[in-house]
Amino acid sequence: MSKRRTERLLSIVVLLLDSRRYLTAEEIRAAVRGYPDEHEAFKRMFERDKEELRELGIPLETGVNNALDEEPGYRIKKQDYELPEIRLEADEAAVLGIAARVWQSAALAGAAAGALLKLKAAAPPDSDQDDDKQSLGIEPRLTTQEPAFGALWEAVRDHRPVTFDHIASGRSTATRRELEPWGVVNWRGRWYVAGHDRARNAPRVFRLSRITGPVKMAGPAGSVTVPPDADVRELVKSWDVSPARDHTAVLRIRAGAGVGLRRWASEVAPDEAPGWDRVTVSFADVPWYADHLASFGPDVMVLEPPDLREAVIRRLKGVLA
Amino acid sequence: MSGGQPRMVTSAERLRRLLALVPYVVSRKVVSLSEAAAAFDMTERELIDDLNLAWCVELKAPEPYCPIDLSYEGGEITVSQAESIARPLRLAADEASALLVALRMLAEVPADGSAVGRLIAKIEGAAGASAAASSQVMIQVDSRSVRGLAAKVSTALGAGKRLHLRYYNHGRDETTERDVDPMRLLVVEGRTYLEGWCRRADGVRLFRLDRVIDLEVLDVPAEVPAEAEQKDVDAGLFRPSDSDERVELELAADARWVAEYWPCESVTELGEGRLRAVLRTPDTGWVRRLALRLGEDARVLAPAALADEVRAAAAEALALYT
Repeated sequence: MSKRRTERLLSIVVLLLDSRRYLTAEEIRAAVRGYPDEHEAFKRMFERDKEELRELGIPLETGVNNALDEEPGYRIKKQDYELPEIRLEADEAAVLGIAARVWQSAALAGAAAGALLKLKAAAPPDSDQDDDKQSLGIEPRLTTQEPAFGALWEAVRDHRPVTFDHIASGRSTATRRELEPWGVVNWRGRWYVAGHDRARNAPRVFRLSRITGPVKMAGPAGSVTVPPDADVRELVKSWDVSPARDHTAVLRIRAGAGVGLRRWASEVAPDEAPGWDRVTVSFADVPWYADHLASFGPDVMVLEPPDLREAVIRRLKGVLA
Repeated sequence: MSGGQPRMVTSAERLRRLLALVPYVVSRKVVSLSEAAAAFDMTERELIDDLNLAWCVELKAPEPYCPIDLSYEGGEITVSQAESIARPLRLAADEASALLVALRMLAEVPADGSAVGRLIAKIEGAAGASAAASSQVMIQVDSRSVRGLAAKVSTALGAGKRLHLRYYNHGRDETTERDVDPMRLLVVEGRTYLEGWCRRADGVRLFRLDRVIDLEVLDVPAEVPAEAEQKDVDAGLFRPSDSDERVELELAADARWVAEYWPCESVTELGEGRLRAVLRTPDTGWVRRLALRLGEDARVLAPAALADEVRAAAAEALALYT
């Protein structure tokens, strides 16, 4: 069955590419093998075939040859069908091979592999080696484990609004959001979607891993307009920005320890207690920095300010509670 | 690559493959069956089936004719007639985007020189309107300082030189000095890693570039031993192994992010937002630090020795304040 269907679809493609005028459904039936004689059965089968061809990206065009034609016909314009001339240098072919291996999610890995085949088919690379298997010393990978990724990618591509349930940071229950998505961004290894939140009437950013349940399309393709001045990357960055380090602390850090803390030190001097350094550092906010300092255990002690000192003590007592 | 069970291919997938296979042969004039089968990741048997299918296409009207003529005699494929489908189909939006997003990510890693930029321009040109969606998906790779380190590693890789690293081990809060013979740069989930033969550990190690404090290209040739095996990046960089320690944590609602942040073997809801998370790690140093940071919001349930270690560290730290 599948073989005959492939043969039929291929026949339609060749027929319509060769034709200079629009061919009606009847003319196509007369030329292509494999359609049933019965009219309704043929119509159903032909509809499915058209749909399948369009899904493959074949530019099936509808129109009439002259104003007197009552029934529209079909054709495929060669210039819309054909991949334009493209010739790759050997180093470009190598990079192309790497790029085609980046995606690890099935849908995009398949799309990348499909593109690679088309580009390989367009022209042999300017060298007879099998360049797309080279490594060039770099291997990038992107995974999209978040179930929401696929639907959001489609929504962004087709300019469609979406609805989804989202659990905000620090909450345990989900709220329904209606979003006009502007873009999907991977920032510090995590996926985010940014866009216009319809209920809040303002730009918002959502982390994909906090979306629960399915992402549903909430409008037709083309119904979202991305504002020309929208900078999606900046939106995500500013949403996840590190606050300014405008506080100062004085710490006692064991010599050789607290390497990560010393990066922010403005002053390091030996402490009066042997084996310890006295370190002046800048930090942003007390709760977060107290957590961070507690993680160093007995290698770090806070001298000032008092509220930071108290917060660290509270954390440590919490461990023993 | 070849052999094995024939895969189920839908008629649409098969058509997509055929529409690339014909131009692939046409642009090369003549191709061996084995080479074409390898390029399309199919068996020679499957390839011959596809070639037969194309050859069998016959249009009945207005005049009966066979639009595709080809042969594969003597193991060599030639296409003598396939005028209408001699060029590949345009890139679909998904295809163009998948490649362009990946390439723009590569362009942020300073390892590949000018080829990435040239290729992006060529694919954008060939894809036309199909490329539009790709600008709405963006990957941010590390910071500028990390990119500077990646450039140095890339130089060393190109010249085959050894590297000297000062590296911060976050889990143990210690800095180490080591000589590393570079093998590859990996960019996984937006983070750049150096994979290399560590002469201190006598093994293949991964180094996260944002934890490299200092890096120097030595004027010594790199010598990666033959037994050095690259990590299988497709299997995940940090696949837990059976020899790893099994750690069980109880997390309060405020510490739920932990189960999201680190890959867990299992996560159980305990009610009122509390979770029990099980994870595996070769080095429990970072779990100790995590538990100290979380204070009363987390408890180490197992192993017992780690739980004791955390409490002892907290008690020792508290003693500093008395």
